[in-house]
Amino acid sequence: MSLELLLALILLLPAVTAVGVVVARHHPNRRELVTVLSGVVLFVLVAALAATVSWDDAPRLVLAEPVAGIALALQPEPLGIVFALVASFLWPVTSVYAIGYMRAHHEENQTRFYAAFAVSISAAIGIALAANMFTLFMFYELLTVATYPLVTHAGTDAARRAGRVYLGLLMGTSILFLLPAMIWTWHLAGTLEFTPGGVFGETDGLVLSVLLVLFVIGTGKAAIMPFHRWLPAAMVAPTPVSALLHAVAVVKAGVFTILKVSVYLFGIDSIAELAAAEWLAALAALTILLGSLVAMTKDNLKARLAYSTISQLSYIVLGAMIGTAAGVVGGGMHVVMHAFGKITLFFCAGAILVAAHKTCVSELDGLGRTMPLTMLAFLVGALSIVGLPPFGGTWSKWWLVQGTLDAGTWMLTGVLLLSSLLNIAYLVIIPIRGFLIAPAVPSAGLREAPVPSLLAIGVTAVGCIVLFLWPDPLFRLVGEVLQ
Amino acid sequence: MSLLEHLPVLVVIVPLMAAPVCVLLDRGPAAWSVALGAAVLSLACAIGLLMQAPETGAISYHLGGWEPPWGIEYRIDRLAAFVLLIVSAMAVVVMLYARRSVEQEIPEERTAQFYAALLLALAGLLGIVATGDAFNVFVFLEISSLASYALISMGRDRRALSAAFQYLVMGTIGATFILIGIGFLYMMTGTLNMQDLAARLPEVAHTRTVRAGFAFLTVGIGLKLALFPLHLWLPNAYAYAPSVVTAFLAATATKVALYVLLRFKLGIFGFEFALREMPLDTLLAILGIAGILSASLVAIYQDNVKRMLAYSSVAQIGYMVLGIGVATASGVTAALLHLFNHALMKGALFLALGAVMYRLGSVSLRDFSGLGWRMPWTMAAIAIGGLSLIGVPPTVGFISKWYLVLALLEQGWWPIAVLVLIGSIMALVYVWRVVEVAYFERPADDAVLTGEAPLSMLAAIWLLVGANIYFGLNTDLSVGTAQEVANLLMGGGQ
Repeated sequence: MSLELLLALILLLPAVTAVGVVVARHHPNRRELVTVLSGVVLFVLVAALAATVSWDDAPRLVLAEPVAGIALALQPEPLGIVFALVASFLWPVTSVYAIGYMRAHHEENQTRFYAAFAVSISAAIGIALAANMFTLFMFYELLTVATYPLVTHAGTDAARRAGRVYLGLLMGTSILFLLPAMIWTWHLAGTLEFTPGGVFGETDGLVLSVLLVLFVIGTGKAAIMPFHRWLPAAMVAPTPVSALLHAVAVVKAGVFTILKVSVYLFGIDSIAELAAAEWLAALAALTILLGSLVAMTKDNLKARLAYSTISQLSYIVLGAMIGTAAGVVGGGMHVVMHAFGKITLFFCAGAILVAAHKTCVSELDGLGRTMPLTMLAFLVGALSIVGLPPFGGTWSKWWLVQGTLDAGTWMLTGVLLLSSLLNIAYLVIIPIRGFLIAPAVPSAGLREAPVPSLLAIGVTAVGCIVLFLWPDPLFRLVGEVLQ
Repeated sequence: MSLLEHLPVLVVIVPLMAAPVCVLLDRGPAAWSVALGAAVLSLACAIGLLMQAPETGAISYHLGGWEPPWGIEYRIDRLAAFVLLIVSAMAVVVMLYARRSVEQEIPEERTAQFYAALLLALAGLLGIVATGDAFNVFVFLEISSLASYALISMGRDRRALSAAFQYLVMGTIGATFILIGIGFLYMMTGTLNMQDLAARLPEVAHTRTVRAGFAFLTVGIGLKLALFPLHLWLPNAYAYAPSVVTAFLAATATKVALYVLLRFKLGIFGFEFALREMPLDTLLAILGIAGILSASLVAIYQDNVKRMLAYSSVAQIGYMVLGIGVATASGVTAALLHLFNHALMKGALFLALGAVMYRLGSVSLRDFSGLGWRMPWTMAAIAIGGLSLIGVPPTVGFISKWYLVLALLEQGWWPIAVLVLIGSIMALVYVWRVVEVAYFERPADDAVLTGEAPLSMLAAIWLLVGANIYFGLNTDLSVGTAQEVANLLMGGGQ
């Protein structure tokens, strides 16, 4: 099979799955089987692509050429493959989880849910494999539109308001900032292709600074303050959506865009020289701290996790903006590490909601006695986010700290370390209290989440540990970016 | 072979002759068949013309064999062929759709007359585009306008009558201004042939008469175009006209008016005079941006969805005019491109609204509640058309926005580019109001429970929705032609 065909298959498979889901709408079991199977096949395909592709001679699939010189094209590169691997691995896992969650929770419109989910994955894959900024932008917008029905799934007034914030901020920033940044880039550089080392050549530093600011704040999906409000708003969605889309696919699409732009449009060396990059790194640092601080005040578990995500996303933005190789490696790895850690936490939050009907952190004391497995997984996820061994988050934090040291920015190093402490204070504390403090009402014995959900939690929690023990393939893949 | 030579006139004559046939038949279904047949023939002619039209220069057709500048000349260059194609293609789609919609909205005894008027409007619009004679433009303009007044007044809502009357008054003022403008030009040059005018005008360009003529033409065409602030007739006319008429006019009439603007200003007066000596570029840019912002703002507050889209049309005309106001080849490209793309968007949206009207008998926002479930295909079409209006890729709206913003940035018009994008955000707001109501609100208890629109209507709607996406991905025809034509127009007229 030629690699171009493989690319096409990877993009189309989730979209076709959406059709399959709609066709099988009257048979829930078959419908879910379609989703899970496609997810597994998709991961195998992406892995096959990752294994066989040679970066010097990557395949290129041109879908259309709407503007002369700007093709709608896919071309894998290492960062994109990493993102695609994560998204395609976690999709079937989340689907398995969703089977337990959606049924136990008696959600309506499940067909629409699974179909929109599949389209969202297709869009995320498109972002991951985009050969140029134009293609990336198209799938970026598609992802916003495709996730909208998922965010507003409940159909209540609250969901509708949240949907407005979601769409308004994401589409608003992309139209107001990202689109002109892209058109301006096209005007200046005459190309939007992702090129190692950047596309600008000799362009005035001030112009580049303005452009970089437009690109970074235009990428609303990265949830940099002050454009972060959509993420807590999106928490009205069912938990599987929050887990995969708002801890992995959508938000990672945002930071991935920023990584791509920094590495392939500006070039790391040129980022290092830009004044704006320093300011943006400071903004990211601010978001890291404020996100953590706000998270501490949230009693609603999902809201707390959402603010934690906002904080963690800015780690990656920070990695991209300090303009060192280690920063980019750390950022790229953090895309994966945070994905596994945070999805575990969201899965646990959903499991707690379904099994114990609790949504607030303050109600979770002693829950370790009724839901020991869930709470254990929560601990694993939280520790990985903090960045303690033996969990995957260690490596990404290591490289990020290394990056700030290389750049000689002591303040930023301090921010990263301080943030780790804050993580302990608002995340790790939850399972500790769950295990150690006696519940207000004596527990009624074991009462875990549905088996499929528990299975998914297990997979991602073990993933956190596996990523600590064998980070090498991942590290090598991300390292390719800098070759 | 000889038939092919006559394509420039056939494209106009066919619907013109078919109109009386409709009246004579005096039966709805038969009249519809004739109208559809005429539209299809016109489309075939237009396609033939686009294939024949040379890259530079034009096909010149001498009506009755009289040599220009004495006789009337039909002149088909790339631009004309392009606009002919848009108008006739939209006519075919609208005709396909019309049968069921008209059955319901127009009393049976007037159906035949309705189709006759529709064909006359079509013939008028095609004639304006095909002709190379300034006075002939006025004649065809009146044919299409009179037909449109009649068509609008056939709306079921009684307010259609006053809307039609309002349009009649404003339209007549516009036509009169155009006629005065043409008269002034004739006074100074003694010719009505556009080619001839273009050749003779530079000698007398400094005279006050020519400048006054220029001004009269600008205002007159501005009225027909519904250029802000001369747009007051448009929202009512679109809102209360029969669905078919709204879709047809929105997709074609304003486009042809823009064509007339380009033809007169750039074709006859020439780029140097129109945009450099006279301050038309500044004027158009200012009015364009004012139109975009104010009309979009008003659209947000409309409760009648058809009226909302009508205001949106005024805003979209602002985009096109702004493109011309940039006064560069890329600006004119953007304007022409949006001319084509906007026809697709608004055609799709107004046809979809017609389907809603067909089932619910109303297009006010209140009645849209729950429509996402009751008419899923129609509502999906409105959502996709709306996304195109906002300018989300891969729709045509995105391509338009891309070229317009690029043209603005090339000139360093930063603030204007930002305003254009704010216009997009406003479009997001008014489109999403409809989407939210349709998908989130449960229908009121007394709402008529209805199913999907008839297949023939859906087919026409989705044909256009498909075109919105197809031409968003493959822009060889739209961008290619727009660029060619823009370069030609900016290269000092022809």
